[in-house]
Amino acid sequence: MMGQDSVRTPYVDYDAWFSKQDTTRLSRKAQEAEAFFRRTGITFNVYGQSDAEERLIPFDLVPRILTAAEWAKLSRGIDQRVRAINAFLHDIYNRQDILRAGIIPVELIQNNDAFLPQMIGFSPPGDVYTHIIGTDIVCTGEGEFYVLEDNARTPSGVSYMLENRETMLQMFPELFSKIKVQPVSDYPKNLRRSLAASAPASCEGRPTVAVLTPGIHNSAYYEHSFLADQMGVELVEGHDLRIVDGKIAMRTTEGHKVIDVIYRRIDDEYLDPLTFNPDSLLGVPGIMDVYRAGNVTIANAPGTGVADDKAIYCYMPEIVEFYTGERAILKNVQTFRCSDSLQYVLDNLADLVVKEVHGSGGYGMLVGPAASKQEIEDFRAKLKARPSNYIAQPTLSLSTVPIFTDAGLAPRHVDLRPFALMSPQGVNITPGGLTRVALKEGSLVVNSSQGGGTKDTWVLED
Amino acid sequence: MLGKTAGGLYWMFRGLERAENNARLIEAGFRIALTRSTNTETEWKSVIITSAAQQGFTAKHSEFNSTNVIDYLLRDTDNPSSVLSVVKQARDNARLVRTALTTEVWSAVNETWMLITELLKNPIADTDLPEVLSIIRQQSALVRGALHGTMLRNDIYDFCRLGTFIERMDSTARIIDVKYYTLLPSPSLVGSRMDNVQWETLLRSVSAHRSYRWAVEDDYTATNIANFLVLDRRMPRSLAFCAGQIVENLDYLSEEYNDRRPSLDMAERMAARLKGRDIHSIIEEGLHDVLGTIISDVAALGAQIEKDYRFIH
Repeated sequence: MMGQDSVRTPYVDYDAWFSKQDTTRLSRKAQEAEAFFRRTGITFNVYGQSDAEERLIPFDLVPRILTAAEWAKLSRGIDQRVRAINAFLHDIYNRQDILRAGIIPVELIQNNDAFLPQMIGFSPPGDVYTHIIGTDIVCTGEGEFYVLEDNARTPSGVSYMLENRETMLQMFPELFSKIKVQPVSDYPKNLRRSLAASAPASCEGRPTVAVLTPGIHNSAYYEHSFLADQMGVELVEGHDLRIVDGKIAMRTTEGHKVIDVIYRRIDDEYLDPLTFNPDSLLGVPGIMDVYRAGNVTIANAPGTGVADDKAIYCYMPEIVEFYTGERAILKNVQTFRCSDSLQYVLDNLADLVVKEVHGSGGYGMLVGPAASKQEIEDFRAKLKARPSNYIAQPTLSLSTVPIFTDAGLAPRHVDLRPFALMSPQGVNITPGGLTRVALKEGSLVVNSSQGGGTKDTWVLED
Repeated sequence: MLGKTAGGLYWMFRGLERAENNARLIEAGFRIALTRSTNTETEWKSVIITSAAQQGFTAKHSEFNSTNVIDYLLRDTDNPSSVLSVVKQARDNARLVRTALTTEVWSAVNETWMLITELLKNPIADTDLPEVLSIIRQQSALVRGALHGTMLRNDIYDFCRLGTFIERMDSTARIIDVKYYTLLPSPSLVGSRMDNVQWETLLRSVSAHRSYRWAVEDDYTATNIANFLVLDRRMPRSLAFCAGQIVENLDYLSEEYNDRRPSLDMAERMAARLKGRDIHSIIEEGLHDVLGTIISDVAALGAQIEKDYRFIH
């Protein structure tokens, strides 16, 4: 498989099946999958393009496969990291022990836009801040996992994890009877349960959960409606909500109905025009007061962004150790803060990946080995102007996985975003996650906005 | 259910109904233009008036000819009622209320939007027009079929049906009003023998030229046709039928929510004005006036439904 001499262990059974397949049939299946995605409207909008431009994320029909042992290690590491991040957030907004201990520089928190003073001295229901976390993982060899990034705000992509599996089950049912794969389909049920378990103490009876979306023009709208639908809860926008008797209520055909837990998919700054961006039409005026009075749960809690910042990322091994008393199971990618190591970074631009500290979506980054001389020089100027705005990482020799192309199987770089749910009852991680793949040969950028695709992710049964 | 969702469902089905009605109007206009070699301007003008698009149309075009009218009603995105606009609006509404729809209904709407957007990308040549119009009607039927076949009969379904029948009642009333009046310049001529082609056009624009023959078993006469389109409860686009359906769906809502809201009273009053009426007495009263009242009643009822079920506030 993948033109190598030997087939990697987790792929042996799949390879045996694949070698017996007719590639014309597979090509047809691939086209069918695309037509299905389009008809179902599993699309995303690209910002800055006309709204007629709804795009499909390309789907590759070869699964990315992990053994049960690999997953066991990975999920232990994620569990540990997620708990540490949550403890870090509680600490940062309360006693600030980690700052007092001198482990993280105070400026990093003080000058951080994602740090919300409104959260100081407040504990959310059950002390849970990060109800949903997506941890971006890369792999350099068997069992060699590195965390590339933590997504503690509103991580997206879980609908693709679910739809990709659904598509595979429809296209190749026989494959799943031959190979035992751990299911992912419990995610919506677990999400609802986890959110309900995080309801405020004042909630009596069965908690009402709702998903708050910015609306149909948001790039991830499909996912918002998909999750609401799968959980069996209402999908609301800011203008559906108002405060009634000190609680958040949604306008229904039968009057106003109280909501106990809001899974919000809008950013902090748009959440409450009375507290944050006054121009926001997406949020609910006064929701922060209701929140602080303990009458609604907001998931994730406002202000979690302070934990997934790329500048904080450098300190993650220390953060894990500080709160769990254990060494971090998952490694960080070596990271240079450009404010400290500017000269080194400038000298080695052609070999490094440079990212904006607050950037996301693959925008505003430089992939040294893939960039032209001109691009490197342009970036050099930006970097010099604001070194503290950037971090740099070596390009790892990432392992590849096979994808299906017209010319047969071909190796491509991937990352993996497993999704962890957290509630007062504990952490739950769905086996697998979203595998994103750089479809361009040699490319390291997997973001869907930059031409990346996705594939199903299999964790084998033991 | 969220008030917004109720509104989304209602407007989604108003949009789909409007797309279908526009396709029919164009088809009827096109047929008459084909059979007449000269002066089709009046015909196309009445199509525009019926579609309540006169103001927008004259702002863009000076001539009521087939090219301008067909393009404006089918493809022009400046026209909020063009097929392209309403199908997009219906699909946006479907996305908004997606959690309330079955996969079948959602897929049907999404597919309709994809297909029609592609179909109407370029101006439609006369030779392609019949096929394009028939696809538009078929797609609308597909969505309706998915709704009937897969949706629970609950409040969601009721809001969908209310959108359909409010739009249809308004449309039928306009069609009769415009056509009837252009054909009958003075009330004294009502009941006289009319140009068969014109009458057939009127029936065609509500897809009733065939059912008329089966149901009425009589020649085209003004009173027969007026009776069929206004009062005949067998005819699914007649005013009486639409009014009955609106009452029925509001009644279901009242049962489900266990209360009675003002829109139900309004609808019942509206339906009562048509029930047990004789077409001759309506014509005597002045068909144009009666239709005018109905059109404004339907608009007021639509607004009351929005209010009663909190579509917006």
